[in-house]
Amino acid sequence: MKAICFNFEIHQPFRLKRYRFFDIGNDHYYYDDFLDDDIITRIAHTSYIPAAETLLRMIEKNEGRFRCSIAISGVAIEQFEQYVPEFIDLLRRLADTRCVEFVAQPYAYSLSSLVDPEEFAEQVRRHCEKLKTLFGVTPKVFRNSELIYCDDLAPQLQELGFKGVLTEGAKHILGWKSPNYVYSAASAPKLKMLLRNAKLSDDIAFRFSDSSWSQFPLTADKYIDWIASTPQEEQIVNIFMNLETFGDLQPPTSGIFQFLEALPRFAAERGIDFYTPSDAISKIKSVGELSVLHPISGADEARDTSAWLGNRLQNEAFSKLYSVAERVRLCDDRRLKQDWCYLQTADHFFYMSTKRSADGALHSLFSPYETPFAAFTNYMNVLADFIVRVEEQYPLSIENEELNSLLTTIRNQADEIESLNKELNSMRKNVEQYNIEHRRDEAAEAAPAPKARKPRSCKAKAAEAPADKAKPGRKPRAKKAE
Amino acid sequence: MFGWEFPPHILGGLGTASYGLTQGMWQCGDMDITFVIPKPFGDEDKSFANIIGCSQVPVAWRDVDRDYVDARIGRLMSPELYYRLRDHIYADFNYMRTNDLGCIEFSGRYPDNLLEEINNYSIVAGVIARTLDFDIIHSHDWLTYPAGIHAKQVTGKPLVIHVHATEYDRSRGKPNPTVYNIERDGMLNSDHIITVSELTRRTVIDHYGIHPDKVTTVHNAVIPLSQELLDVEKHPSKDKVVTFLGRITMQKGPEYFVEAAAKVLRNSHNVRFVMAGSGDMMEKMIRLVADRGIADRFHFPGFQKGKQVYEMLKASDVYIMPSVSEPFGISPLEAMQMGVPSIISKQSGCAEILDNVIKTDYWDIDAMADAIHAIISYPALYRQLREDGLAEVARITWDKAGRKVIDIYNRVLGR
Repeated sequence: MKAICFNFEIHQPFRLKRYRFFDIGNDHYYYDDFLDDDIITRIAHTSYIPAAETLLRMIEKNEGRFRCSIAISGVAIEQFEQYVPEFIDLLRRLADTRCVEFVAQPYAYSLSSLVDPEEFAEQVRRHCEKLKTLFGVTPKVFRNSELIYCDDLAPQLQELGFKGVLTEGAKHILGWKSPNYVYSAASAPKLKMLLRNAKLSDDIAFRFSDSSWSQFPLTADKYIDWIASTPQEEQIVNIFMNLETFGDLQPPTSGIFQFLEALPRFAAERGIDFYTPSDAISKIKSVGELSVLHPISGADEARDTSAWLGNRLQNEAFSKLYSVAERVRLCDDRRLKQDWCYLQTADHFFYMSTKRSADGALHSLFSPYETPFAAFTNYMNVLADFIVRVEEQYPLSIENEELNSLLTTIRNQADEIESLNKELNSMRKNVEQYNIEHRRDEAAEAAPAPKARKPRSCKAKAAEAPADKAKPGRKPRAKKAE
Repeated sequence: MFGWEFPPHILGGLGTASYGLTQGMWQCGDMDITFVIPKPFGDEDKSFANIIGCSQVPVAWRDVDRDYVDARIGRLMSPELYYRLRDHIYADFNYMRTNDLGCIEFSGRYPDNLLEEINNYSIVAGVIARTLDFDIIHSHDWLTYPAGIHAKQVTGKPLVIHVHATEYDRSRGKPNPTVYNIERDGMLNSDHIITVSELTRRTVIDHYGIHPDKVTTVHNAVIPLSQELLDVEKHPSKDKVVTFLGRITMQKGPEYFVEAAAKVLRNSHNVRFVMAGSGDMMEKMIRLVADRGIADRFHFPGFQKGKQVYEMLKASDVYIMPSVSEPFGISPLEAMQMGVPSIISKQSGCAEILDNVIKTDYWDIDAMADAIHAIISYPALYRQLREDGLAEVARITWDKAGRKVIDIYNRVLGR
């Protein structure tokens, strides 16, 4: 029995507007709303919406036999909420079928997993919360931005409660091994790994309408045949790609939607199932551990992190950005936090790549900038302004640790004040109780001088020695004497 | 080849380019090149081309003995060649101002009577063409087109002209009709036209009405710098230095540089701007700088030559060439060789082949100011441009350009 595990990625960054250096310190809005609106609306109508509708039809037609998974970044969700809210409804309908699994991601589609575990955990949690509120699902499987994965990540993912992780079936990691098995992470054996089958994924994503390809035209029949003809013991074929493959990368006229829709029929003929990642990790046993010492990803020929951190420009921008991470976490300015999130999106670094040839062409295809230098300059200008704002929050002369301890002190003091207030309130109540009782006693005894008692109870709250039982008028002088 | 300048006595980029190309073609092998210039100084590099100076070519018969010739011009030309040339005088030019050897004097520069000198040059070319044996004629820039045409008419050998610049570039679209006609005449009479960039190729096709098939682009290259120049001392400076090097003329867009500088200085204060060179717009620029109130940070050191150029570059953190229209523009390549990141206008021919530079429109002073600011404020960008630029410019060599020119020759000769 074989199964196909689909994962469709949906991500759009908040692109930066042209931000000149003389805007630094003057203009704190960084985004090109018009461009974002334009791009996401266009892709939604050519691709996301028809593709999601196709998936919905496939699920309905096959009565739950067709299953797949979707990864949607937090920043993309925000853009949909803003510009194409109807797509969110569509996703909700997909979620309601229970045949579509939503997998977790860092909210900002950031590279934070590589440098900042704390930030990373926060973003993953935030993303899970967002999925919970929007679609009522709790993700069990994780797909990092751009499929980035390494051994250091696995224990943290396990701690965050994930059962599985999706990543790239990178040749330099697998060697002779096949991606068509379930593996477990060497550094956290309980965490299962699903590896992308790059060849079969890219056959659809990049080669489908390429008429110079020897296998052109690709039909659903032929495609399922390829999967069926893999060795018997290989049980899972992981096909991960961007959702905009359908309708945007491959135009509708190429027949890509019909291809997708026909897959379940031919799969059924050959006894091939469709699994969500959760199905796969619960139904299939791991064949062994896989160790990934250096981070891998699904991008470029090298399948490493060089697409985002491959040159000096990218590394400089990246380290500058994360140099203020701790500071940003210390403050609670909402707009600052939002910019912090948007600026971390991996795409900004992708645009700065100076790679040439095929990889370079792909980088510039997606880039709103003419050159990587323009991308860098613009990003750094924005970052400079952002850092100025972060520094304005707290004076730079104070070290992070010192600031942290000061903030803790302040927070502790707040807690202390609160607890003291509580104590005060309860004391007041006691006093009132006491007064009432006393008055009752007084009424009974008909004796004078009940008022002198009151100040004493106030002092008790301030933890002072209740030595003086003087009259209220003399209280200040008594304090000075102490 | 007919040229006007040859290093080390050069006034602009034309000489450097002619020299580099000739050397590059010689490196490709099996080439016998004669390079004709108006006036040699005797210290030219003759290792890869025979250099003939027009000022030593007789156009009127003088009965002079060998020892006299040797004493007079032996340093520049062998007496044998002198006599061979003398045997091919084709008309009586005694009415012209000739010297004791029957030669015409040339200044070898761009004098006021430039048109007269061009004419004289073509008269001399007639003598040379009749004397020497060659397969093809190659004329560098409009000054030598008439000579090339003359040589072609005399010998029937094919003519290739090399367009290093056009009158359209020099005049920002308002050409001098005399120059335009000389250029167009050269293009029409040539068998093939080589342009230094696609930009120039378009100008030749669009403004001179030449058929596109006849025009091919061969981008210029650079000669690797000598160790001595690479090692020139760097003047220590607390401030960042942004440099413009070139003639201060309309074509080079100096006013955009001043405006961009004013923008940068509004926000950053550790920058100095240098406009090195001379030209007819210099005074206007000095006034503009004063108007903008940035004269304390904007400097005019005047025309730089030889080693001074490289000292200037070495002391710079950014090189800028905001040319309005630049057929090729070799200076950013030289800046890159010295490891100086460059900002060039998209309207320059060299923008077609360079990747590790920042390109802006010449009129976009905001973008230019932003680029200047980015290079001086973000060290990563500086280092990336510097190092990748060095590697890139090392790959742009004249032998590749030379090979392309030889291919064109073969096509023209039907080989």
